[in-house]
Amino acid sequence: MDYQMDHLRELEAESIYILREVAAQFEKPVLMFSGGKDSIMMVHLAAKAFWPARIPFPLLHVDTGHNFPETIKFRDDLVERLGAKLIVGSVQDAIDAGKVREEKGLNASRNGLQTGVLLEELEKGQYDAALGGARRDEEKARAKERFFSHRDEFGQWDPKNQRPELWNLFNGQKSMGEHFRVFPISNWTELDVWQYLALEKVELPSLYFAHKRKVFARAGTLLADTPIIQRREEEVLEEKTVRCRTIGDMTCTGVWESDADTLEKIIQEISTTRMTERGGRTDDKRSETSMEDRKKQGYF
Amino acid sequence: MTDQSTELLRFSTAGSVDDGKSTLIGRLLYDSKSIFEDQYEQIKATSERRGEEGVNLALLTDGLKSEREQGITIDVAYRYFATPKRKFIIADTPGHIQYTRNMVTGASTANVALILIDARNGIVEQTRRHAFISSLLQIPHIVVCINKMDLVDYEESAFEKIRDEFSKFSNKLDVKDIHFIPISALKGDNVVDRSENMPWYDGQTLMYYLENVHIGSDHNLIDCRFPVQFVIRPYNDDFHDYRGYAGRVAGGVFKKGDDVLLLPSGFTTRIAKIETHDGEVQEAFPPMSVTIRLEDDFDLGRGDMIVRPNNKPDVAQDIDAMICWFNEGPMLNRGKYTIMHTTQQARCIVKEVRYTLDINTLHRNQEDLQVKMNDIARVVLRTTKPLFTDEYRKNRITGSFILIDEGTNNTVGAGMII
Repeated sequence: MDYQMDHLRELEAESIYILREVAAQFEKPVLMFSGGKDSIMMVHLAAKAFWPARIPFPLLHVDTGHNFPETIKFRDDLVERLGAKLIVGSVQDAIDAGKVREEKGLNASRNGLQTGVLLEELEKGQYDAALGGARRDEEKARAKERFFSHRDEFGQWDPKNQRPELWNLFNGQKSMGEHFRVFPISNWTELDVWQYLALEKVELPSLYFAHKRKVFARAGTLLADTPIIQRREEEVLEEKTVRCRTIGDMTCTGVWESDADTLEKIIQEISTTRMTERGGRTDDKRSETSMEDRKKQGYF
Repeated sequence: MTDQSTELLRFSTAGSVDDGKSTLIGRLLYDSKSIFEDQYEQIKATSERRGEEGVNLALLTDGLKSEREQGITIDVAYRYFATPKRKFIIADTPGHIQYTRNMVTGASTANVALILIDARNGIVEQTRRHAFISSLLQIPHIVVCINKMDLVDYEESAFEKIRDEFSKFSNKLDVKDIHFIPISALKGDNVVDRSENMPWYDGQTLMYYLENVHIGSDHNLIDCRFPVQFVIRPYNDDFHDYRGYAGRVAGGVFKKGDDVLLLPSGFTTRIAKIETHDGEVQEAFPPMSVTIRLEDDFDLGRGDMIVRPNNKPDVAQDIDAMICWFNEGPMLNRGKYTIMHTTQQARCIVKEVRYTLDINTLHRNQEDLQVKMNDIARVVLRTTKPLFTDEYRKNRITGSFILIDEGTNNTVGAGMII
């Protein structure tokens, strides 16, 4: 007998270990749910980690009000199926209440506004650990993120003063008012996630699969036609067969021309693609260190 | 296609700016097609803007703003690439700032240590440090890449001289498996493809080594250790009296029906079932996350351990260990800290500092017993309750612990039990 696990099962075992560690070490954890494939996989892993008990923490979705309708429907179906608790933090409400100000102009996005709403929800719910589906291969600032990432009372990340993380010992000790961000799928790559979703036959929103949609090009990215994005005159609509590689706010999620309409074809496409998955995210393109800057302030 | 079975291999690298480490990592990523076009275009544009010659691959690994500004790596960075045979996780650690802390962190989970030596300079202080830390952290395999062979005319004698000198030094260390490969990361010799410039070398290329080094025995499969992490109690109608002990196997192979001993209570019972969400499994081995159900109900909780009656760990309150100190303030003699060991947590007091170690000369200093940042020392701790431990040499999970400052909650030290 060869006692060797394959890489997907080893990654799964690691993530389950982290999820259980969070349930054991924290009083009031919450799982940040974006509707994207990574957070769908997180929910799937959490369901496995605590079976036959229910997931012992609620899901928190910060809704920009600019989500694809498919995302919201998928979220509600998933929550119902698992019998999980869902909390929705609304960016629209925060705008209406004058707590945050909507960006103006052509590339206006509510992406940045999520941070304030997220921090407010975390404080309101007195959550001491917020689980996120970020991966280290996504972006260079995330390559240095810990599994257990300590945040001060302002929710800020201090990349130069992170706790060293050794073996499988995770230090979740904190003072009053501080909290942790925890990233159980840190070691997964985009390809790992897709292979695992296929292996486990996890249900996914239709946006990930090739479909016909009216799109236009801006700064090398294809964006979906929606009333919430202002189009320049020269930006003409075309119908194309596209799919999303990441799903976020409609204003900043690019779509890709692709005819991958099954998981197998998506895996094939990703194994051979030469562009990163966040390459279509206009929020990352604002500056070279825009992810690091946003993370320091408390972004996912 | 989706059921392709590949293993996971973790390796650590350490090095300074000039020894070609970034170039080597860049080449491994590039040749395995793990660098994407947009990433490449981005670092190319940055290199041009900064007036650098060529594309600076180090920009791929330096993620934080201050690192880019200063041209140094501050923190452990994790990189990923895969070949059809294996998926690789690189813990890339800087060679200068906070070197002990970062090297130790990167080494703690590694299967392989990759040590890079500049063929022109031979063994330097940092090479010794890295080799020593690799042995202290018991990384099972070491591969020494003698780099920049192109700059010494691909001379066999240059390679042999460094290999012999390194072996002489590593004989004093506790290193089990060591390989030497002459390479040029810049030109690509012996990294992925065999070098035509070094016909005298008939060993493996680095990629071949990484894809084939045997890691199946890296875990302890003899001594059964299951630290209870979390107790699963669903409290619903379908699973009314269900009580499952969730955790990750830290050693040995557990089987259904095995007689087991529970620590600290000392009760014995049998394994009724080993479960995962996917159903029952017949055996559980490291590093599987499973749920164990016992034939009898006992009051077992987080921090307790399930073992075999004829193979017990040490049940100890006096812990003799090597320690690496990470904190700006020194370790206090008679100081009190929180200790985390497997899923246990206790308080401890530093009873004695036996010696501090000069990691360049391996000299044991018994006079200066102050343990400062980045120091390595032999200490004795006394814990408030018994821990279930093994020697770190026998088990990297049950033999390791961290120390936490009770005031700041920071992780201030890492220990390996002797």
